[in-house]
Amino acid sequence: MKFVDEFRAPELIAKAGEEIRKLADPDRHYRIMEVCGGHTHAIYRFGLKDLLPANVELIHGPGCPVCVLPMGRIDDGLSLAAQPDFIFAAFGDMMRVPGTHGSPLEYKARGMDVRIVYSPADALKLARNNPEKHVMFFAIGFETTAPSTALTLVRAKTEGLQNFSVFCNHVTIIPAIRAILDSPDMRLDGFVGPGHVSTVIGCRPYDWIAKDEGKPVVVSGFEPLDILQSIVMLLRQLRNGEAKVENQYKRVVPWEGNRAALRAMAEVFELRPYFEWRGLGFISQSALKIRQSYGTWDAEQRFTVPGIRVTDPKAAQCGEVLKGVLKPAQCKLFGRECTPEQPVGALMVSSEGSCAAYYNYEHRKPITIANAATR
Amino acid sequence: MATAVTKIKFREPQIEMSHGAGGKASRRLVEGLFAPLLFGSSTGPLGDAAHIQINGTKIAMTTDSFVVKPLRFPGGSIGELAINGTVNDLAVSGARAEAIVVTFVLEAGLPTEILEAEVRAMADAAERAGVKIAGGDTKVVEHGKADGMYVTTTGIGRLLSGVEISPQSVRPGDKVLLSGPIGDHGITILLARGDLDLEADLRSDTRSVFPLVQALVRECGASVRWMRDPTRGGVATSLNELARDCGLGIVLFEEKIPVRDSVRGACELLGLDPLHIANEGQFLAVISSEHAESALRALRATPGGEEAVLIGEVREQPDSAVLVTTLYGGSRLVDMLVGDPLPRIC
Amino acid sequence: MCLAIPGKIVAIDSQNTQLATVDVVGVRRKVDLGLLQDSPPVPGDWVLIHVGFAMSKISEADAADQMETLTMLGEAAAAMEEVRGYGLENDAEDYPPQRWKQ
Repeated sequence: MKFVDEFRAPELIAKAGEEIRKLADPDRHYRIMEVCGGHTHAIYRFGLKDLLPANVELIHGPGCPVCVLPMGRIDDGLSLAAQPDFIFAAFGDMMRVPGTHGSPLEYKARGMDVRIVYSPADALKLARNNPEKHVMFFAIGFETTAPSTALTLVRAKTEGLQNFSVFCNHVTIIPAIRAILDSPDMRLDGFVGPGHVSTVIGCRPYDWIAKDEGKPVVVSGFEPLDILQSIVMLLRQLRNGEAKVENQYKRVVPWEGNRAALRAMAEVFELRPYFEWRGLGFISQSALKIRQSYGTWDAEQRFTVPGIRVTDPKAAQCGEVLKGVLKPAQCKLFGRECTPEQPVGALMVSSEGSCAAYYNYEHRKPITIANAATR
Repeated sequence: MATAVTKIKFREPQIEMSHGAGGKASRRLVEGLFAPLLFGSSTGPLGDAAHIQINGTKIAMTTDSFVVKPLRFPGGSIGELAINGTVNDLAVSGARAEAIVVTFVLEAGLPTEILEAEVRAMADAAERAGVKIAGGDTKVVEHGKADGMYVTTTGIGRLLSGVEISPQSVRPGDKVLLSGPIGDHGITILLARGDLDLEADLRSDTRSVFPLVQALVRECGASVRWMRDPTRGGVATSLNELARDCGLGIVLFEEKIPVRDSVRGACELLGLDPLHIANEGQFLAVISSEHAESALRALRATPGGEEAVLIGEVREQPDSAVLVTTLYGGSRLVDMLVGDPLPRIC
Repeated sequence: MCLAIPGKIVAIDSQNTQLATVDVVGVRRKVDLGLLQDSPPVPGDWVLIHVGFAMSKISEADAADQMETLTMLGEAAAAMEEVRGYGLENDAEDYPPQRWKQ
């Protein structure tokens, strides 16, 4: 696969690992946060932690749009769709996320018409093909995904398609990073920046992290070589006492972002005054809602949303794990009451949730590289 | 003896789709509800087929249902799956399928020509596999049920001589063989459903693996420790079951695992792992290390076995788990499938 | 939020120029080009696909540059100085690179 295989070349990965070991000052302990859940998933999937020295620690950030959604919003979405002749459409990622009375797949087993879609455009197509039903698309995602939802709404409005609405749970990444940096428990040295969000917002939005907080940011791709090269670049900055924003993912990320995507978002969305994030509490200006001009296609304006607020079970430490304060295995429920088959929180269900990633790929791994990977 | 007193360990209040996906949920259902009530206290590891002694003769017996949607897909149809699936279950338990009986549950309104096409497909598949269809049963249910048709096949077979398959005979140092590329069937079905709007030149790999198994057993006899056909849940689920049953670790070499480009492309697009995708024409075998090379040669020399490859080995650690390692020294555990593989965007 | 795959545009839909068929090692899907309307891709271009939309064009030149940089990792310090010229460091005036503007 072009633009994929080259960035998985074993010899180059081994080289990059060596470079990291050379650059890492043995007297320092580096704490680097990868913000995006996709990076968390890639790190585990490719076993990249095996290549890092013990003093380079990767902390998982809150960039998993499924994980940060409070359970109440899932309940809201499911109760909206419980009307007759409704189709609940969502990405596969949402299907096993537990609401108070079950996950979308469990609701499907009980008779709700639940469909998995790969694209918001597919949800729109469902509406076109099922004129007697109403299709509600449960939209999630950061700025990577929001433009596609926006464009889909533009198309729905242009077509005048009435039997389609979106329940919008798009969130934005910068406020989440701010909340992490404002957290007193968090000590971080630098950030691996979210590569695909940056194809939309560009690299400028991270300037304040380098200038005001003094932490380097390297916007990174998702292949093993991308992530390792980004760590090399971060370590170089730290060695030189620098704090800049760099773009490692140049082949895809334009420094200025994608203007057409930003225009589509501005046309359709506005910022909510505040939004509740699982684990991070209420954050102002951190989530998107659909403008009144698109009110007909906004499930929240068209129907009555219960507005259910559900607190996580007290014992579940989803919030601390999301902020990177706790490692998944340190949560009291990890591996016991909370497993991928019987998840208590979304971090155990979402494929990019740190708990699921850790549980599935890592926690019973043999500790030494020699043991694990000898051929 | 199962009575009202026998307790079941299955705690879930209702049956979900995941209970049929072949992964952990299925295992919970089988081990927690069916096994205590049906198999009594004599439950060892549950294999693909049962071996039963009748008057001194050991026969193998297995059953399987096919509920695939759509009924026809590139490379095959429900009819072929039904025959090949049962032939393969018997084959990987070390038996040659002798006879199959078939049950049809048909949906009222099913066009006859569809049924005829499936029955012809079954007759052809049975002839190719060298197995007799000995009888069957039919029921019809109301329109709206049975997705057109459900098929169940039950097969009996005679054990090949010299083979004694058991997870308990697996030892550290044994090698893991795979007969060919994985993921073809599951991805073909996923694409054929049409919900994801993906197209590819892919076909189901459904076929009888008996000739390959036979070649293997002829070459290696008792050095064949274990075999399985990785259907629902994929290679990962089958190997995890073995790891759990024998308490050892299975280490796979990622670059050795054969995956066709288009399966790989579809998996990358959808965020799926080929190791979790169903196969209908492949099998896994664990062979003692001294015989692994000759086993591979024997398979590759058999028509249909040309792509057989050694994908890993058995080790003490990580116990009861499957570890995938890469050439550059990275590794990850791979677990049994939890529910059905779901496409993801994150 | 982040699963996005490179694919090659093989055809633009004759009835709707905002739709294209993209190929990913033999798997084909219709992809919406609406987010690239400022600089629409043409058949032969590579794009990054996320939830059925093309997010960005992929620059082969930048990819090649990066591979060169990565291949040189671990060379002598003098070579590392040379490598800086390939764009590892961020020079604000250099962004976006000329070739990206095309």
